[in-house]
Amino acid sequence: MAESTPSDTPLTLEVFTAGLWRENPVFVMMLGLCPTLAVTNSVINSLAMGAASIFVLVCSNALVSVLRKLIPKQIRITAYIIIATFVTMVDYIIQAISLDLYNALGAFIQLIVVNCLILGRAEAYASRNSLGKTVVSALGMGLGFTFALVCLGGVRELLGASTLLGFQVFSSNYEPWVVMLLPPGGFIVLGCWLLLFNWLKQRKTTKMIAAEEAMDTTRQIETS
Amino acid sequence: MAKHQHAHPVVDLRTSPYIRRAPSVPQIMRNVVYALLPVCAFSVYLFGISALALMIVTTLACLLSEQFFCRMAGKKSTLPDFSAVITGLLLALTLPPGFPLWMGALAGIIGISMGKLLFGGIGYNVFNPALVGRAFVQAAFPVAISTWTPTLAANRFSEFIPSTLALPFMTPAPTAEWSQTVAIDGFTGATPLALMKFEGVMVRTSDLFFGTTAGSAGETSALLILLCGAYLVARNMMDWRLPAAVIAGTAICAECFYLLDPDTYPTPLFMIFSGGLMLGAVFMASDMVASPVTPWGIVLYGLLIGLLTVLIRLFGGLTEGVMYAILFANAASPLLESFTQPKVFGDQ
Amino acid sequence: MTDTDPKQPAQQAPDLPSTWRLVSTLSIVALLSGILVVLVYEYTKPIIAENKRLAIERAIFQIFPDAKSTLAFRIEDGQVVAVDADATTGEIVHAVYDQSGQLLGVTLEAAAVGYQDEVRILYGFDPETQCIIGFKVLKTAETPGLGSKISTDPDFLANFNCLQAQVDAQHGGLCHAIKTVKHGSKQHPWEIDAISGSTITSKAIGRMLNGSGQLLLPVIVDNLQLFRDAYRSGAVDNK
Repeated sequence: MAESTPSDTPLTLEVFTAGLWRENPVFVMMLGLCPTLAVTNSVINSLAMGAASIFVLVCSNALVSVLRKLIPKQIRITAYIIIATFVTMVDYIIQAISLDLYNALGAFIQLIVVNCLILGRAEAYASRNSLGKTVVSALGMGLGFTFALVCLGGVRELLGASTLLGFQVFSSNYEPWVVMLLPPGGFIVLGCWLLLFNWLKQRKTTKMIAAEEAMDTTRQIETS
Repeated sequence: MAKHQHAHPVVDLRTSPYIRRAPSVPQIMRNVVYALLPVCAFSVYLFGISALALMIVTTLACLLSEQFFCRMAGKKSTLPDFSAVITGLLLALTLPPGFPLWMGALAGIIGISMGKLLFGGIGYNVFNPALVGRAFVQAAFPVAISTWTPTLAANRFSEFIPSTLALPFMTPAPTAEWSQTVAIDGFTGATPLALMKFEGVMVRTSDLFFGTTAGSAGETSALLILLCGAYLVARNMMDWRLPAAVIAGTAICAECFYLLDPDTYPTPLFMIFSGGLMLGAVFMASDMVASPVTPWGIVLYGLLIGLLTVLIRLFGGLTEGVMYAILFANAASPLLESFTQPKVFGDQ
Repeated sequence: MTDTDPKQPAQQAPDLPSTWRLVSTLSIVALLSGILVVLVYEYTKPIIAENKRLAIERAIFQIFPDAKSTLAFRIEDGQVVAVDADATTGEIVHAVYDQSGQLLGVTLEAAAVGYQDEVRILYGFDPETQCIIGFKVLKTAETPGLGSKISTDPDFLANFNCLQAQVDAQHGGLCHAIKTVKHGSKQHPWEIDAISGSTITSKAIGRMLNGSGQLLLPVIVDNLQLFRDAYRSGAVDNK
């Protein structure tokens, strides 16, 4: 894969979609697994955690990007300060929106501050790219993160409580798989999703190799 | 090799090594199945066709998922080595006899896929696959897995326990009333261990020894399991030290508590003969892959299982601790092995 | 502090900024962060306080359906003092009155660690019958579908129709410690029948009620007259 210097590539749709699928933070990069495993026992919790993460990710990365010329490379701690600021803000904001939600997410709101996805993007991307690209990329990453959380939360809530977003899905006689709501369920479901994503990736690679080989042979025929 | 070549008496001279070839894996596995059959038969005798159906379903689930994953991985089928059959039978023996069949099938699929094939199939599994399956359903369906039915129900060969035939993914029918009507004498719905833990009632040790108490399909007759284990030891297919160490560990630990306070803690004999300890010691802990191979490793492993079992039974939230004790010891077995590596000759 | 290392070639860090630059940048960022946090804090503070008050009020009115008004008090060193309705610090007691100003009971907060995290509840105490007559969960992170059953399981909630919390003769504690027992083995009116499968959370409820009850209910019973008088003295400023 070609290593492109990030600062001079133009803003394309690819910047946005990378985080959604090809570089999905959870399923591909395996970043931010702590909230992924901890709060995904229902869809609503997953969505709330996703929204909070998007807010922190976009705002902190935007600020890091704006200040990237001013901040000397030697004091990386500024990125932490900025992230901590937005986590504190989101903590208050969620309390103001809904106390129930705040209680359901518990300590994991404060723990966004150590989510390596956010820090990683701030250091690796925002500190080298323009504001526009940073915001678009952070939005993509955040949505990809939320997508992954909802994938986990959906399966766990469906199997563990037979509901989706609180609505009954299966008949009332359905026997819930309690384990899905417990921490082991998080690991099992994450494992299954990773299995699926790796399988898809592998299939794509084999297809690409096959296509390249076909191209090579046609080229050889043409040149000969 | 063939006999007719040696028509006249010969002196069979061989060079070293003089050790006979160890039995092959399928051979051992087949013999384990033979050893399990009497236990299964007795369980069917006690609990009727529900137990039989459960065994068939779990075994089929194990075989089919093994076949499916082998095909997906593009490997040669490992069905002929009989290990999936053992997993299926053992799994059925650890479940309550009236366990819904669909849950049993799920346990088999999880056990084989997550407990065995995910690690690379036979020879690579870290944990005993049957216990992985059981641990999953224990966590997933806590109510169904602690619903016990009485032994020797009158029409056990003509009708199923009501919970057995629950539709897939549906809640099983309650069995409490049914149990009351079919039980010969008062049935409390509790296993001897639960009676001990929550009500301080001790079941007679002789009942435990012959296995006519409530419990999982195969965790009842200590005598029969011991005999089957003796067969395996006699055929040189199991190290006698392993079950002996498990039982010794249980006995020592239980004895300590019994000496401390004979009123609250049960006798060591009760501990040894109740619940799944015998089945665990003889058939579960001895999983060839997940247990250590060094002699001292085996002994430490067995003692650890015994110790943990007693601690979980006495102080844990659950009434039975054999499953978690064995899984935990499985995880510890590479460590135990590395502690007990025999010194290489000439090594410093 | 040395700003150049003689062993290192000068080219290694050509643009090492001055200490002044580092300190000033950090200060500016910190200042900016501080301003942002303070702004949000100031803006959300009244909303959060109102949310908390509403949550408690809702809980009170669910425990005492006949309630019409409440008064807040705080227990300080065994003494009961009246406080503002939105006070949150200390052991807050809400005295609950019906339409005619009769004291229906009081609500207290209690907390204990459950399966995941602290579970905080508001429970109602009826001084006439000396019973705990219900509770509402204020804060929980228990597993949905398991520990969260404490607020939905009808069998479990039936424990709190009248959970005996009799204050002993010396007013130093309860006659019988409130205790959670295994599902189906409740024998006494001061025992809580646990939810099977959610024993840890059920036990936490028993523990927190016992802890809070032993400590605070004697004070409540000692000061009943104070609660009754407080309403008559016209101190009710709550709707």
